[in-house]
Amino acid sequence: MKEVGLVDYGMGNLRSVRNALELLGARVLLLEDPAGLSKVDRVVLPGVGAFAVAMTNLRNVGWDDALSEYVLHMRRPFLGLCLGLQLLADRGTEHGEHRGLGFIAGATLRLERPDDVPLPHIGWNEVRPVRTDGILSGVKSGTCFYFVHSYALVPEDLSVVAGVTEYGGHDFVSVIERDNIVATQFHPEKSQTHGLDLLRRFLAM
Amino acid sequence: MLRTRLIPVLLLQNGLLVRSQSFRIHQAIGNPIHEARRFNEWNVDELIYLDISRDDSYDLRRDDHKVKNLTGPMEILEEVSRTCFMPLTWGGGIRTVAAMRECFLSGADKISINTAAYRTPQLIRDGAKIFGRQAMVICVDVCRREDGRPEVVIEGGRELTGADPVDWVQEAVLQGAGEILLQSLDRDGTAQGYDVDLIRSVSDVSAVPIIALGGVGRYEHFFDGWKAGANAVAAANIFHFKELSDRNAKRAMSKAGIPVRL
Repeated sequence: MKEVGLVDYGMGNLRSVRNALELLGARVLLLEDPAGLSKVDRVVLPGVGAFAVAMTNLRNVGWDDALSEYVLHMRRPFLGLCLGLQLLADRGTEHGEHRGLGFIAGATLRLERPDDVPLPHIGWNEVRPVRTDGILSGVKSGTCFYFVHSYALVPEDLSVVAGVTEYGGHDFVSVIERDNIVATQFHPEKSQTHGLDLLRRFLAM
Repeated sequence: MLRTRLIPVLLLQNGLLVRSQSFRIHQAIGNPIHEARRFNEWNVDELIYLDISRDDSYDLRRDDHKVKNLTGPMEILEEVSRTCFMPLTWGGGIRTVAAMRECFLSGADKISINTAAYRTPQLIRDGAKIFGRQAMVICVDVCRREDGRPEVVIEGGRELTGADPVDWVQEAVLQGAGEILLQSLDRDGTAQGYDVDLIRSVSDVSAVPIIALGGVGRYEHFFDGWKAGANAVAAANIFHFKELSDRNAKRAMSKAGIPVRL
């Protein structure tokens, strides 16, 4: 059985992520501190909320160093969801300039958009896979996933981009993949069948 | 392109699913826990559950069902969220930030408030600050007076406020509403279609998405609501009384040129 650690750092409701992973047959451990990382074979960083608060919460219990070790050195499968994707950047610009986890070179910036589309970007929108060999294998262009966000990660190295989504006339990065690191700007746990399929592929990594 | 959402609204009264007409007649139509999985498998984009239980409400349930709060609302929410892999909104009787938190902990992604928000608009601001604007759905019930003027009603339609829905929606958005669930009391349960003039006037001024509710009896009514400016179209009864209504509604909407997720 797959043992998944779900990082519980006070940023949003973890119940739906947990429900989805359990439905797919995984055993889910809620991790309030990094000590539990030794008991799991992969980790999910979920999150809804503000960048700076999230980073403070992570640092307060040593998650930043522990995740670096687990993800960058031990190279265990990692899945970031929504804010959990944005935090991978070197820096974020929500309410001032803040340092991120720095796993992916780049910055988390407010979505570019013309004035006539609302922010946050909320609802079902299309993902266009750029790569079809990894986490998005089998996903047809135009498949919809559920988004709720105002910021997105702009990576320096475009080879980490696995999928993009258009909003207000601009594309933003909606899926990131580099080796054992996968992250989605949308919520697979709220995206019905296609979302569950993506989580299933993560569990198979 | 962002899709137009199709949203079933499920009404709960004292632990049972009910259908409603003009906010007054309520008929029991099922057990929400037994039905949860079926609803969650529908090809729809979100689910909204509204608990309309009231101590003094009369309903047409069979006597053997007449057990007050057979199942607590939070137990129902927890059960529903266990198999709900799409956004889930919960509303009914929420009057405090603590009650909102309980809903989120029980599995809701958004909460819907109505009377309490109207009486204490600060509640919207307080909730948005903690849970985010995207989680705050403000339900606005509207009836038309004899002269045709729309008026906001609260307390499940029992109390007139004298307020114009356009004014109240603007105020609610200013306070931190993330979405407006705009419901016509006159059309509720009539199957005669949305109050499109109401939808048009409110969506013209609202900076946040409008979810239209009340009156859908045929799939074409979804088109009318979308045409009038609704960002999401909701309905209750049609999902219970028409076979395969989820898929057929989506198909009809797509055929009519509405961008939907198929």
